[in-house]
Amino acid sequence: MKYLDEYRDPAAAQRLLAEIRKTATRRWTLMEVCGGQTHSLLRHGIAAELEGTVELIHGPGCPVCVTSQVDIDFACELAQREDMILASFGDMLRVPGSERSLLDVRTAGGQVQVVYSPLDAVRLAQKNPQRQIVFFAVGFETTAPATALAVRQAERDGVQNFSLLVSHVRVQPAMESLVKTPDHRVQAFLAAGHVCTVMGYESYESFVERYQLPVVVTGFEPLDLLEGILACVRQLEQGQARLENCYARAVQAAGNRAARDLVQEIYQINDRTWRGFGVISRGGLELRPEWSHFDARLRFEKSELPVLENDACRSYDVMTGQLKPTDCPEFGKRCSPDSPLGAPMVSSEGACAAYYRYAMPVDHTT
Amino acid sequence: MTEREGKSQGGWQLNCPVSLRDYAECVTLAHGEGGRLSRKLIQDRILKILQPVASQSLDDSTRLPHSGQPLAMTTDSFVVTPLFFPGGDIGSLAIYGTVNDLAVSGARPRWLTLSLIIEEGLPLAVLERILESVARAAGETAVQVVAGDTKVVPRGAVDGLFINTAGVGELLEPVPPGPAQLQAGDELIVSGPLGQHGMAVMAVREELGIEPLPQSDSGSLYPAVEQLRLTLGTRIRCLRDATRGGVAAVLHEWAEVCGKTLSIEERTLPVTPEVRGISELLGLDPLHIANEGTMLLAVEQGVAAEAVAQLQMIPGMERASRIGVVRERGVAPVTVQRTLGAEQPLADPLGSPLPRIC
Ligand code: SF4
Repeated sequence: MKYLDEYRDPAAAQRLLAEIRKTATRRWTLMEVCGGQTHSLLRHGIAAELEGTVELIHGPGCPVCVTSQVDIDFACELAQREDMILASFGDMLRVPGSERSLLDVRTAGGQVQVVYSPLDAVRLAQKNPQRQIVFFAVGFETTAPATALAVRQAERDGVQNFSLLVSHVRVQPAMESLVKTPDHRVQAFLAAGHVCTVMGYESYESFVERYQLPVVVTGFEPLDLLEGILACVRQLEQGQARLENCYARAVQAAGNRAARDLVQEIYQINDRTWRGFGVISRGGLELRPEWSHFDARLRFEKSELPVLENDACRSYDVMTGQLKPTDCPEFGKRCSPDSPLGAPMVSSEGACAAYYRYAMPVDHTT
Repeated sequence: MTEREGKSQGGWQLNCPVSLRDYAECVTLAHGEGGRLSRKLIQDRILKILQPVASQSLDDSTRLPHSGQPLAMTTDSFVVTPLFFPGGDIGSLAIYGTVNDLAVSGARPRWLTLSLIIEEGLPLAVLERILESVARAAGETAVQVVAGDTKVVPRGAVDGLFINTAGVGELLEPVPPGPAQLQAGDELIVSGPLGQHGMAVMAVREELGIEPLPQSDSGSLYPAVEQLRLTLGTRIRCLRDATRGGVAAVLHEWAEVCGKTLSIEERTLPVTPEVRGISELLGLDPLHIANEGTMLLAVEQGVAAEAVAQLQMIPGMERASRIGVVRERGVAPVTVQRTLGAEQPLADPLGSPLPRIC
């Protein structure tokens, strides 16, 4: 893991911090698009160090947080059916749907299995031929290639009892919808490095042009983040709006061709409901018609239950950078990781959870 | 080992439709019914293997010699899946786990009981391998198995094999006073790399395909505790094996008891590259992952260097490290200083760690 240590060197981090402070003549507002970046910024104390120089606001980049309640409710319903196993990444288990989370369902006897990769879910199907295995396919473009691979593998091996509840979301349409709101505060974007690893960043060219905002592709380690922030600040100070890649060690302009092709082959773009956001045009992925036999929505009937939104949760404001989690009236009071009111407090990538975990001083003694 | 319960003695043998020979290789429900087959299982398989470390009485209870020392007692149940993992298995884990609970409370482990709850269908060869491991670990830690019990339950009721133990040890002076006595300025030490056991089990259970696999730290803490007792005596405040919930859970428990803030520094935490790799991959914190032969200890101010030096002489504890201090209570009960030195609260582990998505 020497690879990572190089990007965590405290002395180098201090040098970059000093450079950012020197470069900024005023306070700039940057949005880190991805929840993983939010966590890293807080975990390593970067957000606190830049207080007064750069305001970092969180974007919509936590796939767990934006997965719609309808999908979670359906997943819960499936997990309760006989002869069915709902397979999911661990993160999804604690997120409340309208009434329950998958963890609640499992406690009550439902079949929910944590997997570490979609291919594990295919293997689970092969091991349990008498059961239907539904994989809850959530995540951004980063996880889509792996679920696409699972579909292809299941097809190749003739696995009949495997299907997907597809809830993949796409980052860029969410960024677009955000900058179209008249009161947004974003002056530059730190684009999510891992999404670009797969999708590349060419598509940001026109985005930068249209909205005249700097976009800097940024990684997740402290030095990656600091370099990304410095690049944004330099552009802003010079009155520029360019696309820049500060994550060259992992990201190519065209992304990962093979992974992109795979996603193209299995999925098509659709409009998708994002939790807290409503419908985002072209904001998600669904299986192409030729793969629809793997679509759990088509295979299994869904009961039409009303979706109960929690009014108290201000997740939309948090995920669009309008509200700092610590300023939410429920933060740390009625809402904590033990008893979350909204998804941003549940997911390990969620902005509220990040603040709860890392921000001082929150009184954790109560 | 005593065999305490006899269910429907003998009756089943007349009605059993299947020849006994068909069951020769696996544990069957009949093995738990208390008749001849039960006795054969206990005599020929279990007691034979445990013979070097077990008392040979088959009475309903065992008399223990009285040495005049106050006694400490503990109990634990072991339900690990898979039964065998890199660096150990459920058998040795049951012995070490019980021995360690006694050791960290300042007792010399002497006697323990062993109850086996076996799933019907468990191959006898597997049972024997586990018992051999029990015998080895008990021999190594010089504890005697003085009573036991065997139950067989239907397929699906347990996962292969569960083991329950009770352990009794003799308290040796000076007994560590415990976390209520923690003072501001006391120093915190961890005896070895974090999260080895939890990651070893997770990596094989979930077939993560990681090379090299992390190895469980499963082992006895008694030699280390004994060494510390002899060299540091009353300057030790408290000890605890950091099992489920990891080091973070112990820190939180101590902080709650003493009402102070326990503050650690990330850069001083010993973590192996394998564990770190998986942690990064799955978004887990090694501080929250279970250990089975690693303890947290607190010592008086100024004693940490000596304690660490003593620990480092013990095999497997070469990476013992001072990781932090006790302070007057701040806003959070447990804090950690990360990369840039800023102090942050450390979360109390919430249920079992769940891996993240991206
Ligand atoms: S603190 Fe809780 S209630 Fe407030 S926005 Fe975050 S998740 Fe919602």
